Amino acid sequence: MGTETLPPALEIHGLTKRFDRLAVAGLDLTVRRGEFYMLLGPNGAGKTTTLRMVSGLLQADEGSIHVFGVDARRDQVAAKQIVGWVSDEPMIYDKLTPLEYLEFVAGLWGVAPDVAETRARALVVLLGLEHVQHAHCEGFSRGMRQKVALAGALVHDPQLIILDEPLTGLDAGSARLVKSVLADRVRRGCTVIMTTHILEIAERMGDRIGVISGGRLVAEGTLQELRERVGRGDSCLEELFLAIVEQDANVA
Amino acid sequence: MSTPGSIGWFLRHETRLAWRDVFSVMGADRPGRLRGILIAVAIFLAVMHLVAHFVVGPLAGLALHNDVATLVGVSAGLVLSASAVLSQAMESVTRTFYTRSDLELILSSPVRAQRLFAVRVGGIVMSVSLMSLLIIGPFINMLAWNGGVHWLAAYGVVPALAMAATAVAILLTVALFRVIGPKRTRLVAQIVAAIVGGLFAVGLQMAALFSTGTLSRLAYLGSDAVLARVPDAQSLAWLPARAVLGDSVALLVVLGLSLVVFILAAALNVPRFAAYALAASSTPQGRVAPVHATRRFQVGSVSASLRRKEVLLILRDPWLLSQSMMQLLYLLPPAAMLWHSYALDAGVAVVVVPVLVMAAGQLAGGLAWLTICGEDAPDLVLTAPVGPQRLMRSKLEAVGVCVAVVFAPLVAGLAFYSASAAVLAAAGIAASAASATAIQFWFRAQARRSQFRRRHTSSRFATLSEAFASIMWAAAAGLAVAGNGLAAPVVGIVLVFLAIVRAWSPARGRAVA
Repeated sequence: MGTETLPPALEIHGLTKRFDRLAVAGLDLTVRRGEFYMLLGPNGAGKTTTLRMVSGLLQADEGSIHVFGVDARRDQVAAKQIVGWVSDEPMIYDKLTPLEYLEFVAGLWGVAPDVAETRARALVVLLGLEHVQHAHCEGFSRGMRQKVALAGALVHDPQLIILDEPLTGLDAGSARLVKSVLADRVRRGCTVIMTTHILEIAERMGDRIGVISGGRLVAEGTLQELRERVGRGDSCLEELFLAIVEQDANVA
Repeated sequence: MSTPGSIGWFLRHETRLAWRDVFSVMGADRPGRLRGILIAVAIFLAVMHLVAHFVVGPLAGLALHNDVATLVGVSAGLVLSASAVLSQAMESVTRTFYTRSDLELILSSPVRAQRLFAVRVGGIVMSVSLMSLLIIGPFINMLAWNGGVHWLAAYGVVPALAMAATAVAILLTVALFRVIGPKRTRLVAQIVAAIVGGLFAVGLQMAALFSTGTLSRLAYLGSDAVLARVPDAQSLAWLPARAVLGDSVALLVVLGLSLVVFILAAALNVPRFAAYALAASSTPQGRVAPVHATRRFQVGSVSASLRRKEVLLILRDPWLLSQSMMQLLYLLPPAAMLWHSYALDAGVAVVVVPVLVMAAGQLAGGLAWLTICGEDAPDLVLTAPVGPQRLMRSKLEAVGVCVAVVFAPLVAGLAFYSASAAVLAAAGIAASAASATAIQFWFRAQARRSQFRRRHTSSRFATLSEAFASIMWAAAAGLAVAGNGLAAPVVGIVLVFLAIVRAWSPARGRAVA
């Protein structure tokens, strides 16, 4: 069976969420299998709310979410089994070591002990955490905490990794390492959805880019497709993004 | 208008922050809450006065005589209060060094930092005095109401206690800083503070048990064994007690001495506070865990993983452990009584069982808050492929296992003495722990574990309900052990009470999440 006939990694239709105002307004979004999808948007556009609904951290008011064909609103447990989530604020336990944290995460996702241990030790090495693998996380820098959180999102080998501003506050070395780990996952067939305000990274790493504004998807495509849409052949993503957001504001 | 950087300027700044903090902790910054809080405070004070009337009413007739027994009793009350005040002062002094919120800003500015610390140390005396007055005040009022205005002199002893306790706290904390370094001082000071708060009461009960065979502190303090060993009535050691009893000269001496001790302690140490605070803020908190590098992964069920995580986090956080296990300190006297009375007496279970039941409720309430509300990685747990009901069940199991581990040895010890008492104790412990856990579950609100000390402020109704349910289960268990038929109606009352609490809780109509 070819990949064309398989359901996409993420398929969202009419997704709506209202707090005191409409945060996500009937969003339609499709992310293909094995692509690195960059979700961009100004502050308050609805990016984080959307991704939190996909990850099961928020209940949607209306609409549908399918993760690799699994209805995430009806069967949350099955959907969560194949998703890894990393937020902008690394939430880990101060009094656990990185290995113990990964052991706990593996327990939550039901990974077999031998497999979990092999993966955890490999991730610790991959992310440069060997020297602190037996230290409590409480004294870790933000970059180290973010790397532990990322390892936690990878230890159960998810098919879809969702990252909300994962590079915020990271030094150049840590940011480069995180990007390289994510790019490697995509090369191995994993799907990654990431939000970021660092547009150079979105431009360089994203297979496709979606721009969300006012809770709706206002533009989507490869960098070249966005250039054609805006009518600026040689523009960088920053210029395109600002133009798209401005156009949307004028229409609204 | 005070000059920026002066003591007056810092005083205004600190007062504003403290006031807003108190306001926020009490929830008064939320619309419409101020009136409710004022009513709650009024009810609290009324209840405290009622309690004080029954507790100290019979003692109000005491007056200033050369009666050593009276001086011993009053002094014991003072030491009891002083231990609680010292505990609070140690907590506050430690926070002065380790709270980084605005310290780095102020220490990096060109103002003289010792002015800030002088204001903060003065603030500790003020806050400790006010908190003490809130608790002790009703007792003083009832003593004065029942026994005469001479008892009002006790109000003067409260700031003296606060100044002396703050001075001792400063000296102890600085000594810890110099001996064991900034990295360990915070933890040790917080544990010492937690233990000091209850140690005197527990120690007195233990002494009473082994000398008079009962848990009665009053009987012990009035015993010949104590009275024969204390100084005579003219000794200066009784000055604080005399001050409480209305001796104005003694009150002035006590106030003066406390002020001198406080000023000396502050003057000698405050200039070095900035250096200590900087040392504290630049000390790495992480440490290598005593975990065997070769240990194999133990990935079990979700419940097992959650249980293991909760146990590890509690065991590795000595501050949290000391806070949540404080109730266990109060188990020492009944445990000692069990051991002491095993071969001597037969009516001991009536005293021991209610204490066990009460302590189980309190311990379970704290642990339940930590597992249900105090989750430092809520996103991780919520994105796990586990149904919310199974997740919650696992957390509740973790609480149950911890409570069982703590209380099983005591119940087993009781079983050697009386099988029926052990069964009733086990039932009472289970009911009390389940009630406290259920109340935490019904009133759950997400928070960080470091907010454990403030857990009571999220819902005072839940806190009071938890305490009331534990007391009622303890009463029911005590009555049952004594063979009193009133136990059944008390059980009925607590069940109806829990149903009402459930109906009033935010959990009504809310799915498990």
